[in-house]
This record gives sequence, C-alpha cells and structure tokens, in this order.
Amino acid sequence: MVRRITRREFIRLCTGATAGIGLLSALEPVILDTLAHAAEGKPPVIWLQGATCTGCSVSLLNTVSPSIEKVLLEIISLKFHPTVMASAGHQALHVLEETAAKHEGEFFLVVEGGVPAADGGVYCTIGERHGKEVTFLEVLQEYGDKAAAVVAAGSCAAFGGIPGAAPNPTGTVGVWEVIKDTPVINIGCCPMHPDDFLGTLVYVLKYGEIPELDEYNRPKIFFPDIIHVGCPRCTYFSQGIFAQNPGDEGCLAFVGCKGMVARARCNTRQWNNGTNWCIAAGAPCQACSEPAFPDECSPLYGRYRIHE
Amino acid sequence: MPKVVIDPVTRIEGHLKIEVDVEHGKVIDARSSGTLFRGFEIILKGRDPRDAQHITQRICGVCPTSHAITSARCLDDALGAEVPPNGRIVRNLIHGANYIMSHVLHFYHLAALDYVVGPDTAPFIPRYKGDYRLPPDVNNMAVDHYVQALAIRRKAQEMLAIFGGKMPHITTIIPGGVTEKVTQEKIDKFRAILQEVTGFVDNVYLPDVFAVADVYKDYFDIGRGWKNMLAFGIFQLDDAKDPTGQNMLIKRGAYTNGTFSMVDPKKITEDLKYSRYNDETSGLNPMEARTEPQPHKLGAYSWIKAPRYDKLPHEGGPLARMWVNQVPEIANLGEKAFSVMGRHAARAVECKLIAHAMFGWLNELRPGQPTHLPCSVPKEGRGFALWEAPRGCLAHFIKIKDYKIDNYQVTSATIWNACPRDDRGQRGPIEEALVGTPVDDLENPIEVVRVVRSFDP
Repeated sequence: MVRRITRREFIRLCTGATAGIGLLSALEPVILDTLAHAAEGKPPVIWLQGATCTGCSVSLLNTVSPSIEKVLLEIISLKFHPTVMASAGHQALHVLEETAAKHEGEFFLVVEGGVPAADGGVYCTIGERHGKEVTFLEVLQEYGDKAAAVVAAGSCAAFGGIPGAAPNPTGTVGVWEVIKDTPVINIGCCPMHPDDFLGTLVYVLKYGEIPELDEYNRPKIFFPDIIHVGCPRCTYFSQGIFAQNPGDEGCLAFVGCKGMVARARCNTRQWNNGTNWCIAAGAPCQACSEPAFPDECSPLYGRYRIHE
Repeated sequence: MPKVVIDPVTRIEGHLKIEVDVEHGKVIDARSSGTLFRGFEIILKGRDPRDAQHITQRICGVCPTSHAITSARCLDDALGAEVPPNGRIVRNLIHGANYIMSHVLHFYHLAALDYVVGPDTAPFIPRYKGDYRLPPDVNNMAVDHYVQALAIRRKAQEMLAIFGGKMPHITTIIPGGVTEKVTQEKIDKFRAILQEVTGFVDNVYLPDVFAVADVYKDYFDIGRGWKNMLAFGIFQLDDAKDPTGQNMLIKRGAYTNGTFSMVDPKKITEDLKYSRYNDETSGLNPMEARTEPQPHKLGAYSWIKAPRYDKLPHEGGPLARMWVNQVPEIANLGEKAFSVMGRHAARAVECKLIAHAMFGWLNELRPGQPTHLPCSVPKEGRGFALWEAPRGCLAHFIKIKDYKIDNYQVTSATIWNACPRDDRGQRGPIEEALVGTPVDDLENPIEVVRVVRSFDP
C-alpha cells in the first residue's frame, strides 16, 4: 500500500529541490496508487494532431519514469493517437467517434499542434467522414466540449507556436481560442517536456481538479519561475562576463538568451533524462515556453531588445 | 470501380491520405495527398537568416536534426562560414544518433504493427484484419522487442542530447559549427550509450527485419515503383570542400532509368499542377521558387509539391542511398531491392553502417578544441545545401537581402516520395509503388498501408 500523499507534498515533489531529474520517479507510486483507486479503470485519452511536427509525441516517448510502456499499458487508455495506433482510415476515425460518445465528459483530450483557423480550417484535414474531408478545426469544435479536460501539449497547441508565427499564413491559433467551454491546460515548451505533461495528467487524475494555472493557463507547479533564477551562468551575469558568440563562455544574454522571460524548469529538470539543456550546451534560451515564441523572441540568437 | 480511401494514414509523421482504385483485386491507380499546410517558407521571409535553423526544425519532430544541419550548411554556404573539425564531427554524431533513433522507431513503432499482432488493448486495437503470418513465438518476441525498442530509441535521443542540448528540436547547431563543447566526459558518455544501442541494432533490429522479410517474401515483389533513386549524400568525412558530395560516408548520386550519374542541383524542380499552389510558380528550381498557396485550386489534391530530378520522379530514403552507393547487402538483391521489404532491409543495413561509423568519429574528436568559428550575416547572399533526412533527400535554399531572409525554400525529404503527380501527369513514387499491389479485402487494405509505410513518410 502506497502511502497517501497530500496536495502540498505533491506540489513540493514537483517544485522542490528534491525534484530535478527524478521528478516522476517520486511521483510514480502516486500514479499507480491513483489508478488502483480509479473506479472506471484507466482513463480514456484521445490525442489529436493539427498543425504539428509530431515533436511533442516524440518527446512523450522520451519519458523515463514512468516509462512510456507503463504509460501506454498501465496508466492511460490511449484510444486514439495517429502516430501510435494500430488502425487507420475510417476504422481509426470510428474509434474517435465511439470513444467520445461512450466516455462523454470523462475522456481527456490531448491536442498536439496549432489550429489552422483561416478559411474555415481548410489548411488541415485529419480524416474523411461520409466521403468528405473533415478539418481539424471542426473536429476540435465537435469534441472539445465533450471532454473532461483538454490538455494543449506544447507551444503550438497552447499558443499557435511556429505555425502561428507572422504572417501566420494559415491563421493558426492555440486551442484555447477554439474550445471555450472546457478548461484548457497549456503545457508550454517546444516540444513539451514529458514530465510537465505527465505530471499535470497525474495531478488531474489524482485530485479530480485542474492544478493552479498562471495567466497563460500553464500549471504553476511546472512553470514556476523564470529560468534565469538558478541559471548556472548567473555568476557570469553578476560578474558582467558576457559571451560574444553562442557557445562561448559567459552569460548568453547578449547573444539572444531569453532566460529572463522564460518561465520553465529547464534549469532543474533539464531534458532527455537530465542529459542536457540549452543554456548548459552553450545555446541561448529561446523562451519556447512562452506565448511570445517565436515572433517576440526573434532573432532567436541575436541581441534581444530587452537588453537594448 | 472500387475506390479505397485511407484517411488518415496513421503511424507516420504528418497528415497523409491515400486513395487507390482497385480492379480484380489489384491497385490500378493511386493518389497521395498531404493534408496539412503550415507555410514555413512564408513564415521565414523577412526573418534573421540564423533563425532558419530553429524554425525549419519544426517541419518534422522525428528528424528535426536533419533540418537543423541542412539549414546550418545552407547558412554556412551563404555566410561563408568555416566549420572546425570538431564542429563537423559533432554535427555528424548528432545526426547519426537521430538516424538510429528514427530507423528503430520506424521499424518497431510505426511499421511493425502491419506484420505483428500487438496486445489486445488500446492503442493496439482495433487493427486491420489481414495475413499476420509470424509464428506465435516469433510474434511474441517481436512484441517484446517493440517494448525494448522504446527504451533504445529513447537512449539514442539521450545520446543525441549530449551534444544537441535537447531533443526534439536541438538548439546547439549554428552556422560555423555547434555551441556545445567537446570534453572527454561527453565522449565517454556518448560511447557508452552508442555501444548499447549498436548492440541492439546488430543483434535485434537486423535479425528481426530479416525474420519478417523471410515470412513475407512476396513483399520483395510488391511496391516496386519507378526504380529511379536519388541520394544527396550525408556525413561529411573530412574538412575539404566537397561540392559533388563524394567525400561522405553515404555518397551523393542518382540512378535514373537504370543509369548511375552525379547529381546536378540545377536539375531539381518542383511541379505544382496537382498541388494547391499558384500554377505560375510551377517547374522552378527551388532557388527561384515561391510558395503561393491556393487552397481551393481546381484539380489539385495535395499540399505537397511534386519535386522532380531531371523532370522525372525519384525515390529518396535508405533504399535510394544504399542502392546509389551499391552497398552489397542491398545491391545483391537486384530487382527485388525495389520493394517493400527492400526498403525495410535497406533501412536496417544503413542503421548498422552508420552506428559503426560513429565509433570512429568519436575517436576523431579533440577535447578542448573549438567546435565553432564566428561568422556574420552578409547584406546580400545566397546559399544552398543538399543533405539527407532519415526518410529521404533534403535540400535548403536561401537568398539574403538587407541582412534578412528574402527567400527560403525547403525541398523536404518526404515530399520526394509522397508527392502527387507532376505537370506531365507522372505519379509520385509512393503512388507508382502502389500500382499493382494486391488488395484482398477492401475494408482492410493492409497491403496498401504496408507499401506506404515502407517509405517511412
């Protein structure tokens, strides 16, 4: 029997100094405990893809603890996911319709990719129904309000991201501009980090409510503070040692680092099982966690206007 | 005439619809449609040229490194940037790690479920009914390897991030090299993971591919296609200028109507008659091309442009690379190489080739030596790069004016294979490969998706 965990402890595990790399290792017993007490078995998940590169799905596959096979086989019931599912064509679309009907108000809708909204959504169709192509836009409008909660996975789904960058030729917007009546949780970063996504999902499953969100609908526990705080190059900053080129020694502020505006945990959880992260690798932060990405962050590796 | 529509084609990267006409149990015609337009080339216009490396990676989250490195090479060309040896080698190692990740992912997690019966739970059910022929013990082993391969591909990404910063969407590639430094600790860490991953490639991935191929021998005769092969070449082996792409681990070359030749970049054009873009911009070399979408264009059925080499459709990808380079395991297959199983075999053979070459590159790294050299954006300039993504030949083209991007064009890997017909009505490679494919059950067109997925679109 796994010991009960309080909300306060959960949040401490996510944000505290003990978190770091092994964040979800700490949460794993919580996840399994939550599921053992779930009355309806594994929660059904529908994962839709719009204007996406599939990078957020690939990033989810990079989860370490729990491992992805545990996520797929034990934690969630992933009914519909275009990159993973066995079926195709109308057989696949039937699964989508059936899951939404059977589990109305119970399924989780995960959206990857922005929503091309110009011209009636014509720039992205995701299947055919009754001999007619259906747009991603209309599918979201149809299923969004039937979900228990909507998770916008990654910058494109959350804020439009790169497909929504100027001059935004397809009118791409974030999911929260399309789905109005169901809460949308935004998981920023390009791609999203698997810990931020799974941590949020577990929180919702465990407490039956949405974690506290910031002004951009991001869970505060996973997007707590700007990464400049605790940046390993902070000493350079305070000593006034600035890199002249990306990759040089020194604070990267003058070669485009947006660590002062990017709210994320890259400096603690890092990426790819704690292997590395942008600033440690000599690369300026692009603030890919922010709604400002990429237009207000451009030039990505050039002197940024807040420093002028 | 019965028509079969598969929309969406799942277990690929992106949005694809396939439509086939079937007569007497065989495909007699096919149409391939890309159903997503994002407009990267329009978005890039007017930006800082150095942003291209970051923006173009978002074309594909499975192989963003391909765009990062091709874009950086394109910028190296336009900026006149010199890349130090460590920079060149680290780029190769990053991309090699991505190839291993992508090929393993493709076989086990994208393609295998066309041959292997997965567990009876979502997302592995429902599945097409079909001739799943593996004996039960081999099938069970393949399911175990599906799970094992999940960890291997993750580790390949961790190996990549040692020098890439994070993955997907690496941040360390810049014109002039890479930002990450080379240390002995990083080399050792990289080598340790490479050893584990290579062990899997040698002892699990290759045997599995050949075990499946053995049971599905008829698929050496299905999915033939145009038999025109194009490879732009990848993994630069030393620091000399190499305009013809011959000093690479996998060399550049074309195979057209049965004849091998060197690649002339000027012979690359993009046709648009059946693509949803302005006809007036059809047939141009990408350096001069424009991207003017017309969502309601009559007669057009895809968002994918139709690139052609010497006005003919050419297939790209591992088969093209292994064939052009006449790698014995694939060349010895002869005509049977041009097939569904030929493509799977070529991918596995290439994966092994690259993984083993990477050990040598690690030995060439010099800790403490620079990984990049400074460079700056000129007021005017142009450049291009031919390179390879795991799924096919990739080219980036840039024109710079007033220090900004004036025009940026990407001839992406999958568009070579998944494109629609060209202005002369010639089918794209996937379309052509589908013709002649048997379809036993119109409700369960498993043979069709086997052909499509063999291209790793």
